[in-house]
Amino acid sequence: MTTTMERRAFIGTLAKAGLVLAATSAGVRRLEAFELPHEHGPLAGEWEPSVFLRIADDGTVTVTCHRSEMGQGVRTALVMVMADELEADYATIQLDQGIGDNKYGDQNTDGSTSIRSGSYMKFRNAGAAARMMLEQAAAAEWGVDASAVAARSGTVVHAASGRSLPFARLVARARTLPVPQPVVLKQPSQFRLIGKDVPGYDLRNVLTGKAVFGQDASMPGMKYAVVLHPPVYGSKVAKYDAAAALKVKGVEKVIEIPGAPMPSAFLPLGGLAVVATSTWAAIEGRRKLVVTWGASPNDSYDSVAYRAELEASARAEGKKVRDLGDAGGALAGAARKVEAEYYAPHLAHAPMEPPAAVAKVTGDACETWTCTQNPQASRDTIAAFLKIPKEKVTVHVTLLGGGFGRKSKPDYACEAAFLSRETGAPVKVVWTREDDIQNGFPHTVSLQRLEAGLDASGKIVAWRHRIASPPISSVFAPNQEYHTDSELSLGVLDMPYEVPNVRVEVCKAPAHSRIGWYRSVSNVPQAFAISCFMDELAHAAGKDPVEFLLAALGPERVLDMTKTGTVNPVGNYGAKWEEHPNDIARHRRVLQTVAKESGWGKKLPRGEGMGVAVHRSFLTYVASVVHVKVGPKGEVTIPRVDIAMDCGYAVHPDRVRSQCEGAVIMSLSNALTSELTYKNGRTVQSNYNNYQVLRMSQAPKHTAVHLVHSGGPLGGVGEPGVPPVAPALANAIFAATGKRIRSLPVGRQLAGGPVAVPAGSR
Amino acid sequence: MPSVSFKVNGQRVNVDVPADIPLLWVLRDQLNLKGTKYGCGVGQCGACTVHVKGVPVRSCSTLATSVAGQDVITIEGLSADGTHPVQRAWEELDVPQCGYCQAGQLMTAAALLAANKKPTDADINAAMEGNICRCATYRRIRGAIHRAAELAAAGPSRAGSGAPRDRED
Repeated sequence: MTTTMERRAFIGTLAKAGLVLAATSAGVRRLEAFELPHEHGPLAGEWEPSVFLRIADDGTVTVTCHRSEMGQGVRTALVMVMADELEADYATIQLDQGIGDNKYGDQNTDGSTSIRSGSYMKFRNAGAAARMMLEQAAAAEWGVDASAVAARSGTVVHAASGRSLPFARLVARARTLPVPQPVVLKQPSQFRLIGKDVPGYDLRNVLTGKAVFGQDASMPGMKYAVVLHPPVYGSKVAKYDAAAALKVKGVEKVIEIPGAPMPSAFLPLGGLAVVATSTWAAIEGRRKLVVTWGASPNDSYDSVAYRAELEASARAEGKKVRDLGDAGGALAGAARKVEAEYYAPHLAHAPMEPPAAVAKVTGDACETWTCTQNPQASRDTIAAFLKIPKEKVTVHVTLLGGGFGRKSKPDYACEAAFLSRETGAPVKVVWTREDDIQNGFPHTVSLQRLEAGLDASGKIVAWRHRIASPPISSVFAPNQEYHTDSELSLGVLDMPYEVPNVRVEVCKAPAHSRIGWYRSVSNVPQAFAISCFMDELAHAAGKDPVEFLLAALGPERVLDMTKTGTVNPVGNYGAKWEEHPNDIARHRRVLQTVAKESGWGKKLPRGEGMGVAVHRSFLTYVASVVHVKVGPKGEVTIPRVDIAMDCGYAVHPDRVRSQCEGAVIMSLSNALTSELTYKNGRTVQSNYNNYQVLRMSQAPKHTAVHLVHSGGPLGGVGEPGVPPVAPALANAIFAATGKRIRSLPVGRQLAGGPVAVPAGSR
Repeated sequence: MPSVSFKVNGQRVNVDVPADIPLLWVLRDQLNLKGTKYGCGVGQCGACTVHVKGVPVRSCSTLATSVAGQDVITIEGLSADGTHPVQRAWEELDVPQCGYCQAGQLMTAAALLAANKKPTDADINAAMEGNICRCATYRRIRGAIHRAAELAAAGPSRAGSGAPRDRED
């Protein structure tokens, strides 16, 4: 195998360290997160004080990263955290990428959870406990008190005598010691890595072309395959002719992959696989296949007609999910009523690396290497698809060339495993860009209708929000036709604004494609609708949008999320509200920060405008101001975006900044150019020429990231930058042109050029 | 099946290829040079960018037979030790996120700097327009190109090294 991650070139001097064997001695006791064993005896081999940490007799420290790297920096962050508490030398640490294994706990790299939901403290505890044991070993060696010694970058030092011993000399004794109780963590002032900017762990390999992604994985003797997937969700191969395909030099077999019945969950869509001696032969062979597809209930899916269906759905009363006060009565009695409908289309993840996997099936065992966000789900799904025991499925995780939610779903790894079993050889399945855009798990389409009442002073007294949007649950279970509470907890049910009468209803929206989560999930359309509507209300009230948002947020306090009038409890990204409250002070602070830093309120030339939005997601608070310039033909340029993020504490501040920089542009792609549409059940777009994402010249000229250090509990980072940017852009376009953007993408809606800015508007 | 001979990173290679195979798949599947990435297959994203005679080309849309007798440089051969000015600048600014598109970005940027020692933002936009980064590291790429121009100017031995160097086999 050549797919084991190569160490960074600049630590090549430690050649003797090599790659540490993953095998561990039976019976080794490990420190689990918050459950520390009290004793363990001397054992041969590496010391493994935690499932995430091993220290070899020669002092080599190996950290296991159990989460998938897709650009968010987890492989860097988790090594930093462990190295800091352990007082190991960051530059010499070995990194092992964990296979899918329940011993690591949750490995689903999703929901911006890797740092916030446990790993940070697990890694700190493991590192600190091992460090204390090494210190105690040194103290015993020297016959001094443990409090008189301190670990420092791979050695333990006795300052009074100037003596020091490297970890290598202490491992044998340390491992026999009882695990310290309590484990004493560093004070933040003692951090040498956490909270500092450290070069990315994989940086050198990326810059020299050595980094191994799923598309690069290989096994000796492997075959290459591409799959012709059904063009319509639910369709199956009716008949086919493979003769021409088989004539392509290098094509060896054409194999039908059985498609799972709808709802197909994470299982393959089915289709025809072309197995060949090279990727190109497989691609060429696929072009020559002649297939007749069977009928599907989704054959008539048409995005234009479906939008009309969603509009009709949202214009009638739906199912009540939140009912606070009397929204209907308050709307009727309001001094001023405002209503608007917002549409956000399906989106494709389109990570630069299309999905890929290589698998080798031997008997009832399967070994696979793949770019997956979720190795445990990959293991379990392969086992289910092949009907083999999941204990016999080993899933190795490569680097991911982007994920954005797509690579949480292991259908492509199942294809590779299936084809390996059918051919008796290792098989690499390569998804082409067309497969990725046309046969993925598109982000949901959403139509939202909002109505609000303002009193004479411009205060919001009534709010009615209807959502018609196919739910992700539709890919797992039948008859799922309404946006779910968990999706509504992404911005709708947890909406922070102080409104006494609120009603939220979900309206019927049956799915006609697979639906999957996409970076920040339903926050994308829901933040768009709510934050654009807030801007409309600000203008209706004759208020400055920032002042209006601050007034609607109300005074600094923690919201009681049990008294919102929801039918079911409001979700909080898997966290407890007591630990991660909906904190108005933090909303206000990011909003005030971004307003100040962006120069909000300054006079701009005609055709330019600024828009603002604030949104909490994944336990992190983000506000954004977009400065837009709309040219005479409606062409949009973006001189500047400001984004302020309060994620509690930034473990790797520069990576938090880069995640924000990327989130800004991904959100602008969502807003300006990206749209996945269907006609006759098939996706219209196929590649980057017609599924457009922003390029360098369209990106903001300046992006200013402002990290707000609240010291609050840790929030997510990868996703929460996305939601507020698109609505801030739409609001900026209104400020610049007087035209409301209520439907995404902006596309050519401004092609008529800017209209006159209405009197009283900014 | 035609046989094609060309130089990759200074090494002469001779491979049997189908007449219509793009250079990308020869590099990746036959020559095991996997630093050059597949992103779209239709010349839209730039992930597969390599230099042919010093000019950046999309290897997914370049017939392998068309590079016969020519010098091809891939990311593996951009520099002997990873110290080309663009690599150093990319490292300083910690440009990559997922990293998948960065080989193509680096190759396009290196060719730009070989032709234009002090590119403006507009020059950079024009040169980099064909390279998509879905993580959207554009801000840092732009900054790193400016920085690489400074590094190249400061180190005359490396100035303009974006062009393939003469390496005789």
